[in-house]
Amino acid sequence: MKSQSQKRWQIAANVILTISSLLAILPFILLIIASFTDEHVAMTDGFSYFPRKFSTAAFGYISQQWAMIGRAYLMTILVTAIGTSLSVIFTAMLAYMLSQKKLPGRKILNFFIVFTMLFNGGVVPTYVMYVKTFHLKNTIWGLVIPNLLMSGFMIMLVRNYFENSVPAELYEAARIDGAGEFYNFFHIALPLSVPILATSGLMTGLAYWNDWTNGLYYLDNKGKELYTIQNILNNINENIQFLASNATGGVNIGDLPTTTVRMAIAFVGILPVLIIYPFFQKYFAKGLAMGAVKG
Amino acid sequence: MAGKKNEKPEGGNKKSFGAAFLHWLPFYLMGAPGLIYIFINNYMPLAGLQIAFKNFNFAKGMWDSPWIGFKNFEFLFKSKDAFVMVRNTLAYNIAWIFIGMFVGVSAAILLNEVQNAVAKKFYQTAILLPYLMSMVVIAYLVYAYLSPSSGLFTKGIERLTGNTIQFYQEPRWWPFILTFVHEWRGIGFGMILYLSSLLGIDPGYYEAASLDGATKWQQIRLITIPLLKPTILMLLILNLGQVFRSDFGLFYQVPMMQAPLFPVTQTIDTYVYRALMQLNNVGMSAAASFIQSVVGFIFIVTANKIVSKLDENSALF
Repeated sequence: MKSQSQKRWQIAANVILTISSLLAILPFILLIIASFTDEHVAMTDGFSYFPRKFSTAAFGYISQQWAMIGRAYLMTILVTAIGTSLSVIFTAMLAYMLSQKKLPGRKILNFFIVFTMLFNGGVVPTYVMYVKTFHLKNTIWGLVIPNLLMSGFMIMLVRNYFENSVPAELYEAARIDGAGEFYNFFHIALPLSVPILATSGLMTGLAYWNDWTNGLYYLDNKGKELYTIQNILNNINENIQFLASNATGGVNIGDLPTTTVRMAIAFVGILPVLIIYPFFQKYFAKGLAMGAVKG
Repeated sequence: MAGKKNEKPEGGNKKSFGAAFLHWLPFYLMGAPGLIYIFINNYMPLAGLQIAFKNFNFAKGMWDSPWIGFKNFEFLFKSKDAFVMVRNTLAYNIAWIFIGMFVGVSAAILLNEVQNAVAKKFYQTAILLPYLMSMVVIAYLVYAYLSPSSGLFTKGIERLTGNTIQFYQEPRWWPFILTFVHEWRGIGFGMILYLSSLLGIDPGYYEAASLDGATKWQQIRLITIPLLKPTILMLLILNLGQVFRSDFGLFYQVPMMQAPLFPVTQTIDTYVYRALMQLNNVGMSAAASFIQSVVGFIFIVTANKIVSKLDENSALF
């Protein structure tokens, strides 16, 4: 009887989780099918998992417009690469400093980091500062620098890792052999911390790949050539809203990509994440779990 | 406390100030880029909090714009927007904290029941997928279902009932749509959070309980939930501390900024954006943003005080 109740629980769990998994995946499948749907069929029948007619016209349009979409793709890759590498290096070095238990001023410096997790100046002061003081508007740095580069939480996680998982004796031994602190950092601390650095890099990379808010604030019409894929997707949405509210506006409906093309651009934008994700699922999951439960 | 104890032995074999300086210099150099970044990104904007009390003029900059006291706040609270955005922010957040907790704990318990490792991995991978997508993309996914011209649901409802529902024009659907999208995206994340504490529970408890004839339901109620309590409590407090912040992407992208939906989709964050970037009303935007920062700070510090009284190990600081 015990095993029977066990079995029933097993079945119930599997059924519910199968349904949940389908719910999670089905919208993405619709997106993919929508981007391969014939535009006319999409407009008359609506999007469907079983469209009456398939078409690759949307991807034909994308390859025609590759000058714009390809450049946006390159920008996404560039911003992600620059942002992630700077982030991992800065975070690791700062965390390494904070992991030195005897460092003079360690307590104050720790508080300096923790405070950023509790209080911030908010959107307006940050925006005004980056635009007025640092002139980041319509530069690539407007996409890289604001907000995304470092997070207090990540610094604390990497610091804890250095403290708990790299034996201090290794540094001492190296110091006796005459190694400097930079040698210790690059040749002992970093190689022994690959798991946390990989996780941190993966999470940061994803944040950069997905980011559209920095583009929203720091790029305007003059910065269009800096658009990432996410900015293009956002811009298309904004233009549609603009059209919906001002029928006589300056945006010509003929200039806007059709619905299936929009879906196709979104598909192209998420494709790398869809490809990479299954292989790194474990690290994503680990990174997320660490980020919220105090390490 | 621990820090002070550690400093003593250092003082014992202290050579001289110069030698100590040279010893620590490389560490400070390593920390410098990160510290400078944090100073710029997180501390310098604090000076800009004064914008909320000024008649801000972009050309003059924040230091030379004239002070106007609480005028920005007065204007803000005289508008209908203030009530609506605070109500929406708080109501959605509070409802979602409890829904999310229930959904996350349930999903984690269910996933923990699955014994087949391949199936388990598949479920986790699939359910987490939406969490990795940007809100722009999620807005496109929602649009594929709800678009007035070609949405799967819109057209399906049209075929079945003959009526066209203009989802992007009718506010009454959006509390449910937003809640669904939020949970759809967040369930995998919640599941992982609670799963990591579930895995820490000693299986011996369950073995002993089933020997005593406890049903699965009793085990969940009497073992799992009580042992999850510290995690649940900590996440509850962390979330309550964030109750004044809304997910800007969700409220900005998913309803496509349609004005008729504002009564149920406007939150503090979308208002701050709209006032700053679209209405060019920096003063009111700054006032709303100021309130959000200050009240948010009070919330998170208070919440954390409460946790540290209840359980010191669960406190954030």
